[in-house]
Amino acid sequence: MFRFALRRSAWAIPTLLLVTFLVYIALRMGTDPLASYMRSNPRATHTKIEQYKKLNGLGSNYVTGYFSWLKNFVTFNWPRSIKGSREVWPELKDAIANSARLGIAATAVGVSVGLGIGIFAALRPGGKRDVAVNTVAFVGISVPPYISAILLQLVFAVYWSKWFGNSLFPTSGVYPPGQDGFDLVLMIKHMALPTVVVAIQVIAVYSRYMRSSLLDVLNSDYMRTARSKGLSEFRILMRHGVRNALIPVITIAALDIGAIVGGLIITENIFDYPGTGKYFLSAFGNGDFPLLMPLMVIIVASVLLFNLLADISYAVLDPRIRLD
Amino acid sequence: MSDSILQIRDLRVTFSTQMGELRAVRGVDVDVAPGEILGVVGESGSGKSVSFLAAMGLLPQSATITGSVKLDGIELIGAKKKAIRSVRGRSLAMVFQDPLSALNPVHRVGDQIVEMIQSHQDMNTHDAEKRAVELLEIVGIPQPNDRARQYPHEFSGGMRQRVVIAMAIANNPKVLIADEPTTALDVTVQAQILEVIQRVQQTFGTAVVLITHDLGVIARVADSVNVMYAGRNVESGPVQSIFDHPSHPYTRGLLSSLPHEGADRLQPIAGFPPNMLAPPSGCGFAPRCEFAIDACNAELPTLQPFDDLQTSCIRAVDLRIGGRS
Amino acid sequence: MQFLIRGFVLIDEPLVSLSPRQMAWRRFAGHKAALICTAILSFLVLAVIVSPLTARYGVNQSVKAPPNSYLPPSKLAWLGTDDIGRDLYSRLIYGTRVSLLIGLFSAFISVFVGCVVGAVAGFRGGRFDDVVMRITDLFLAFPFLVALLVVRNMFGSIKWLTYIIGDVSSLRFIIFLLSFFGWMGVARIVRGQVLALKEREFIEAARASGASRAYIIKRHLLPNSIGPIMVALTFSVVGAISGEATLSFFGYGPQPGAGATSLGLLVGQAKGAVQTGFWWIALFPCLVLVVISLCINFIGDALRDATDPRMDAGK
Repeated sequence: MFRFALRRSAWAIPTLLLVTFLVYIALRMGTDPLASYMRSNPRATHTKIEQYKKLNGLGSNYVTGYFSWLKNFVTFNWPRSIKGSREVWPELKDAIANSARLGIAATAVGVSVGLGIGIFAALRPGGKRDVAVNTVAFVGISVPPYISAILLQLVFAVYWSKWFGNSLFPTSGVYPPGQDGFDLVLMIKHMALPTVVVAIQVIAVYSRYMRSSLLDVLNSDYMRTARSKGLSEFRILMRHGVRNALIPVITIAALDIGAIVGGLIITENIFDYPGTGKYFLSAFGNGDFPLLMPLMVIIVASVLLFNLLADISYAVLDPRIRLD
Repeated sequence: MSDSILQIRDLRVTFSTQMGELRAVRGVDVDVAPGEILGVVGESGSGKSVSFLAAMGLLPQSATITGSVKLDGIELIGAKKKAIRSVRGRSLAMVFQDPLSALNPVHRVGDQIVEMIQSHQDMNTHDAEKRAVELLEIVGIPQPNDRARQYPHEFSGGMRQRVVIAMAIANNPKVLIADEPTTALDVTVQAQILEVIQRVQQTFGTAVVLITHDLGVIARVADSVNVMYAGRNVESGPVQSIFDHPSHPYTRGLLSSLPHEGADRLQPIAGFPPNMLAPPSGCGFAPRCEFAIDACNAELPTLQPFDDLQTSCIRAVDLRIGGRS
Repeated sequence: MQFLIRGFVLIDEPLVSLSPRQMAWRRFAGHKAALICTAILSFLVLAVIVSPLTARYGVNQSVKAPPNSYLPPSKLAWLGTDDIGRDLYSRLIYGTRVSLLIGLFSAFISVFVGCVVGAVAGFRGGRFDDVVMRITDLFLAFPFLVALLVVRNMFGSIKWLTYIIGDVSSLRFIIFLLSFFGWMGVARIVRGQVLALKEREFIEAARASGASRAYIIKRHLLPNSIGPIMVALTFSVVGAISGEATLSFFGYGPQPGAGATSLGLLVGQAKGAVQTGFWWIALFPCLVLVVISLCINFIGDALRDATDPRMDAGK
């Protein structure tokens, strides 16, 4: 098992390098980092420009340029942002922390509710509950996150306070303006709506996966064996049904991590939530290469990491997968 | 026959399907004496498996079951779910046709046996694991200690069927129902599995219901036989009598379709089994029977004593002289 | 249930036999939600095709002389007016037209490219297959919006490419961009289909009897894959429409010239409208977009059920 994980991670590193190289090219072509720099710093001296080019690996050759960027990146010799010459890491770190909090909350809510109602639907295929779950899932898939976000904002930001006189769930930021320090209740209140928006997508997707996967399992012969043993229905469902049905769901989950991050980016932007989504869109809008590259590395790395985790958990869950 | 351990009376099973009511079992009586091996024989669709799945309570919701199934005097049909569950796996256990799919692929075989033990006996995991290894040894699995820690896919078909048997006998059941336990296996392995079943019956005195379409299997291990056709019993009795002087034309047809010494060619039974959505009102076999008379189609025949057998053929007496055997 | 019924002889003589296509049609027609959705969608498409007739005002026309901005829904403007007094209803009709156009075009291109790539990967196998599938997986796993924006700018910076597909804000460019990201899912499906069919006996029989590869693709593969491809097509249309909407929402969408609009642009205006309480500006464009995607999703799902009876409704 350990060797399997090790070999898989060994593969992830060249992939990471290759993909970041492609991203480097795409960003250099797409955002034109030099022009963006000149636009934001029209009076920059020649030495400053040279230093900027050197730190970002903006030489004329893409390959050597990438490697000199990479060298600075891994030695933590990161260039400052184009706009305002800010340090990148503190900003990125905060954005990631905020996004991770939102992402984990939404995934936790989404996966547990999604799997739950998926199981619920599979118990009586074709029944009323099944149809209801199916319809909910369909609506969830068909409503893009920005629309559910707008509708929730419409209800809570505009009408709730109008009707009830208080604002139950604020619709922007992590804290109200002026708030200093940590306040759990406020934080949860601020996170509630964006969490719901992202969770809806997750619920829609997972309930369908779980339902169809569990239906396959419920029709299998070993379920009959389990019943013939005189086990309780709950134990049969969990230990023999859900346990087996999770295997295919997990492989798909890895592919979905990108969709969840995508949903986060959109949602954060609408709710003015200071996470990676806002970070990305404002940096992208400014063509801020020094801010964008580290974020991209982290996105690529996390996609690969989740793929790896899914592979490993797949192997752990399904003994039929050979590890060599 | 009050001494029977498993007694089935007038069992009827109907499935509601899109095409109508499928009457799979239409009044079946079975008696299993303690410690005997009862062979239940019939072609696919004769209702033999469904009867015993119904007895186990393993049929889907779409099945309507009436009649009586008594295990050791306790009624199972219509009993509370919890009561049935405590019987299932403890006093009444089952071995399935396809050992490749009967075991859960993601759990170790040892754990699957332990689960069976612990769901009916108050035993700690360590003891249950020891017992599981013992059981694997009983059914003839070499190196049971290591094998218990392996997964089903690491076993061959025959070995998996041994595991299924080990699991079924884990709680020392009074009756073991084996539903076509050898059908999916190679011929050489079939014989070994039958030996295992016989050994279990002899060692523990377990009554075995052996459901099969293979008369050869019946001849080898069964004490008595119950022949089913179109959801009904057509004939039952001691195995020797059935093979020596079968009373029902269907049984005779089955026997002459077997390869045996002195026969140049096999004789298949002409025609097809009836449509169970609209079963014939009289004897189910009459449309295919060369001896059928009008009376055969008139009403459903029931089992009647005939010599040392029970037969549903109303012409059994007439056919005794002219019939082949 | 199946395992029990399997053994029984259910019928003496065969029932009326149906061709696979007839059976698929019956199953589709049995899906009530899909039928309703087809009706709604046809109605919408029709209304949008004859937009000069159904729209009440020009796309850029004010409903009346000022003050005309942010009028709530009324007889004058059924769905209200926007910031500069244009009729929201008429703009929705024109916008939907543009969005459906984008959706259909890029779906057709995606499906075509996906079919070719998937079929070739499936048939050739080996290294080519590995590489294509790796790329596909990577694209599928990458956050869509990020990839879309980065690649959009990259394509926009390639001079010779913009001569062919137009400038970043043109419709042609958006269609190309969405197709560029749209083919992987289809390629996956078609490849899977090819691999499954390759194993089936009738293909082997055709091979053994000396049929050429092109013949096999034409006679066996395509007819057998048409169901999944149709399904992929419907989902591609939704993907492209919502892709355009996402891009427009964040201000990177097409600028279809001279006051023309798209569903995405209209939804994008909703963002600002929320804070100010002009609910109609937020609600109606969102509603149209949701109804369209919901309808197409339902139809796609019913198609999948209809063409592949083995799959259950929720897959």
